[in-house]
Amino acid sequence: MRVINRHPGRQARQILTALPFLAAVIAYCTASAIRLAANSEDRLLPSLGQMTAAVRRMAFSQDIASGQYLLLSDTAMSLQRLLLGLAIAVGISFAVGIAVGMVPYLRRTFVAFIAAFSMVPPLAVLPILFIAVGIGETAKVTLIVIGTAPFMIRDLIMRVEELPRPQLIKVQTLGATSWQIALRVVVPQMLPRLIDALRLSLGPAWLYLISAEAIAAESGLGYRIFLVRRYFAMDVILPYVAWITLLAFLFDALLRVFQRRAFPWFALEYMR
Amino acid sequence: MSAISVRDVWQVYDGRVVLERISLEIKSGSFVAIVGPSGCGKTTFLRMLMSEERPSRGTILLDGRPLPDEPTADRGVVFQRYSVLPHLTVLGNVMLPLEFLGSRLLGRLFGAARRDAEAEARAMLAHVGLDGAEHLYPAQLSGGMQQRLALAQALMGKPRVLLLDEPFSALDPGTRAEIHGLTKRLWEETGMTVVMVTHDLSEAFRLGTRIVVFERLEPERGTRITFDIPLEGRKKPQEHRTPREMHILTQEKSPCDRIAVGGRPSAWSAATIIPISTPAKAAAGRP
Repeated sequence: MRVINRHPGRQARQILTALPFLAAVIAYCTASAIRLAANSEDRLLPSLGQMTAAVRRMAFSQDIASGQYLLLSDTAMSLQRLLLGLAIAVGISFAVGIAVGMVPYLRRTFVAFIAAFSMVPPLAVLPILFIAVGIGETAKVTLIVIGTAPFMIRDLIMRVEELPRPQLIKVQTLGATSWQIALRVVVPQMLPRLIDALRLSLGPAWLYLISAEAIAAESGLGYRIFLVRRYFAMDVILPYVAWITLLAFLFDALLRVFQRRAFPWFALEYMR
Repeated sequence: MSAISVRDVWQVYDGRVVLERISLEIKSGSFVAIVGPSGCGKTTFLRMLMSEERPSRGTILLDGRPLPDEPTADRGVVFQRYSVLPHLTVLGNVMLPLEFLGSRLLGRLFGAARRDAEAEARAMLAHVGLDGAEHLYPAQLSGGMQQRLALAQALMGKPRVLLLDEPFSALDPGTRAEIHGLTKRLWEETGMTVVMVTHDLSEAFRLGTRIVVFERLEPERGTRITFDIPLEGRKKPQEHRTPREMHILTQEKSPCDRIAVGGRPSAWSAATIIPISTPAKAAAGRP
């Protein structure tokens, strides 16, 4: 049989999925063991045991200076910034995307401007934000908004324009006003697509969050990583990176499940 | 009560003439089938009737008034695809016109008004044979059921004119025959004026009270009406028919079969329907 027609069985599928993860862990452990055998003071590739100890210290014991569980407080701070930024970005994108996608006058006015604006590198804007709004929370949240909203707006405009023309004519012949079309036809069909856009924006959102925290912050996951970097504390950095990855992955999975549950018609229509 | 008057309409895209000198008086309550080979501009004509396009020249009147500049509730449509909303259930799709009408601000009904609308929608669904499918999404319906739903939804808007754009072309023959019966029944009950575009001659003959043939006779010129055949008069004595009408009516069976089997639409003018303007082709077309 051709290779494009051969599908793994049920058990083989699970094994195949787990395989690269296992391979990465084994490769790391081997490399770590080799380096530690050569030099027990090596800090570059800490053993799993060293990392477990670091996690215990960061996550399950109070920090002497602040009296907080650092991993927990870092996570809470970072998530607060991330979610606030994404919520603002989603709100702006949804309103602007649908309005601009639907109304030809707005399209003519804003599409070129949004396209140009989305090319501004957000990190290059960060100093401007620091100057304008200080180095507090506003700057970090704004960076996430600037980093993710233009993409989501452009994506939604395109999705609105993709709605089949006959569908829009049909609802007009059913007597709908522009506002009713927005409420009953466009918005409900854009919600699942917004979730797709949000899922794709999670990666950039984390990128801007960590960058902002690395440059100016007193807390947060990104702040911690860049703080302990000064002491070559790979045993802290690596678990933090894994934790951030896991959080992002969980968000993505949650959004996927939510999309399936909340919009069953979307899966029926587009994922057959 | 809902007569359409098309007066010397032209449609020109970038200097290319698509339609020229289209004039048509459509009586209220008639069922006009527009046939012609694909790409001849019959869908363009229908788009002008639904105000999706404006003619380059000429006027279209509905009950003596110029057509509005945008689609309105007096003209319902059913397309071949995308006629129903994928995110609403069958019931939701049929209730939608009532919700648009009953709630200008939200487009959504609540309480007693909602129950009334739901009852009306359910009655309509039963009428078109979709009872039991109320809570399915369009993607869960067969093609025939989707078009039944599209018809039901269009009728809930109580249009005076119904425009059909190849509505049954994607259906298999058995399903098509059933939905033809339904369409005919709904037309008779409502007394709407119907304009249907199709490339299926047998469909046109089965449903229409009048058949209008669109054809491009010369490549560099626009499509024109080459035939205009009243079928209601089919019952009238044969001797009152013109030879041209007789020819088309007697030929009805065989060309339909040929087209239905997948014959080339371009073969029409030469072999099946003979334009009066080219008598030479007429002679060649006779068996």
